[in-house]
Amino acid sequence: MGALWVVAEPGTGGGLARISAEAATLVRELAASTGRGAIGVVIAPDPAPAAADLATYLPVVWAITEPAAKDHAWSAVAAGHVANLMADDVPDAIFVGAGADGRDLAGAVSALTGLGVLVNATSVAWGENGPAVEMSIFGGKLLTTSGFTGGRGIVTIRPNVTTAVEAGAVGRVEARSEAVPARLPAVRVLERISEAGAAAPIEEARIIVSGGRGVGGPEGFAIVEQLADALGGAVGASRAAVDSGWIPYSQQIGQTGKIVKPELYLALGISGAIQHKVGMRTSGAIVAINRDTDAPIAEFADLFVAGDLFEVGAALLERLRARTG
Amino acid sequence: MRIVVLVKPVPDPASAGERLGPDGRLDRAAVPAVVNGNDEFALEAALKLVEAAGEGEITLLSMAPASAPETLRKALAMGATRAVHVTDPALAGSCAVSTATVLARALRDLAFDFVLAGIDASDGLGGIVPAAVAAHLGLPYLSYAQRIEPDLTTRTIRVRRTSPTGYDLLEAPLPAVIGCTQALGEPRYPSLKGIMAARGKEIVTRSLADLGLDPTTHGTSAATTALLDTRMPASRGATEIVRGTPDEGAARIVDFLVERRII
Repeated sequence: MGALWVVAEPGTGGGLARISAEAATLVRELAASTGRGAIGVVIAPDPAPAAADLATYLPVVWAITEPAAKDHAWSAVAAGHVANLMADDVPDAIFVGAGADGRDLAGAVSALTGLGVLVNATSVAWGENGPAVEMSIFGGKLLTTSGFTGGRGIVTIRPNVTTAVEAGAVGRVEARSEAVPARLPAVRVLERISEAGAAAPIEEARIIVSGGRGVGGPEGFAIVEQLADALGGAVGASRAAVDSGWIPYSQQIGQTGKIVKPELYLALGISGAIQHKVGMRTSGAIVAINRDTDAPIAEFADLFVAGDLFEVGAALLERLRARTG
Repeated sequence: MRIVVLVKPVPDPASAGERLGPDGRLDRAAVPAVVNGNDEFALEAALKLVEAAGEGEITLLSMAPASAPETLRKALAMGATRAVHVTDPALAGSCAVSTATVLARALRDLAFDFVLAGIDASDGLGGIVPAAVAAHLGLPYLSYAQRIEPDLTTRTIRVRRTSPTGYDLLEAPLPAVIGCTQALGEPRYPSLKGIMAARGKEIVTRSLADLGLDPTTHGTSAATTALLDTRMPASRGATEIVRGTPDEGAARIVDFLVERRII
């Protein structure tokens, strides 16, 4: 019987990405229920901070020092290490977040090892023949459960499908810094640019306040940002707002943007067309402020406030600020 | 400049009618097929790069059922030079591992400076095939591209990769594989001239035998993953609609957030 591995994606400032803490929580519980080991894998130029963090969730963490990850795209470098680790230990499943780095890693490791990949898991159980992975398809219209025909494989996990909970005891960090010949061509990172106005990453946000065409222009996003700030959330947008150049693509939610599952999705001036809906319909609670009661979002929001988004938004901001003092 | 664009026909997401057939696979007859949205952004980027270079050709590569040429014509009408259609009854039900292997094998027969692929497909949303194709070919993979700047003189390519807070500027030697996003720019509509020209463009069909691949290692029976079960998601329940003054609306939102323990 093999262990279950969680490969940690790079978090901000060398720390642990929240998706990795969530994946670790899910995997620890899955491992405990099936009598398997749970092992975290951190591959970074300085793995110590993220490894220490991951060890609060998992009994064992392998910390791999990889200087090349500093100024090279992470996934190609990390995939070589993961494939290399598998030469010694064969895990029953490898788990990674379903964000950009996790997907890149899953694809590369799959090619190097021949392991299948089940994507965008919303929950994972253990079936007769290995992991039984639930995912949401067709824009949230259907839930499927799939498994690996060979009993083992790679699973990408959607953010916010579980809450990160630390383990009762802190785990052991083992340095595994053996040199590995590069398995895949490395891609240099020349610069990492932070764009003004880019808010908190939306995939991992517990609360998203999102603006659409109804916001009317870049200055109209001020109320979206203020509400996000008051609620401690991130700013999202529909494709209409991104196409108009009011907000960067990194904040776009929907078919060709990001798929999110926050506890609260507050939509301002968003009609909820199918291309947007598929990116947010599995959110915990959906609240919409929109003038148009015929907008599609009126059919799937939990709460729909008919009105001018700036007027309702300003009143809401005042009430939220009054609550927090 | 020689560019290959990977293209996947997908059920039209705007139709909202996608469903699985009795075999647990996508029911392709249920809704019309369209070019995957992110692949259109990749193709548009390729067209702009060729236009800017003043020369070049764009080959579409698609692994898809026999009906795919209908969809590929639309991409040819946008301005691609030709298409290579990998199709074989033995490929039905193939998993992502098989798909990446087949695409990588087909790419070995094509001459290119770089390969563009949509970062994911609207029907599967896995987003792993381009990375796997690059790994099979031993080529650099530059993903989540919002800008692509190839330099054929120095044989390098630079890509702005969308990051949570902005972008990373990546650089790699050519040839390379690029994962493309919508941030590259809105795809053009085919012109009438383009549509006419597409009728005469070449679509080369390749079978597994043509590629020298063993049919028994592809398709449903060889898939690394299998569907076990499906169910409908829990209904969200009815929408509560609030009409009133802005402050009444705001007050209801605050109450709702408190009821749901969000604040």
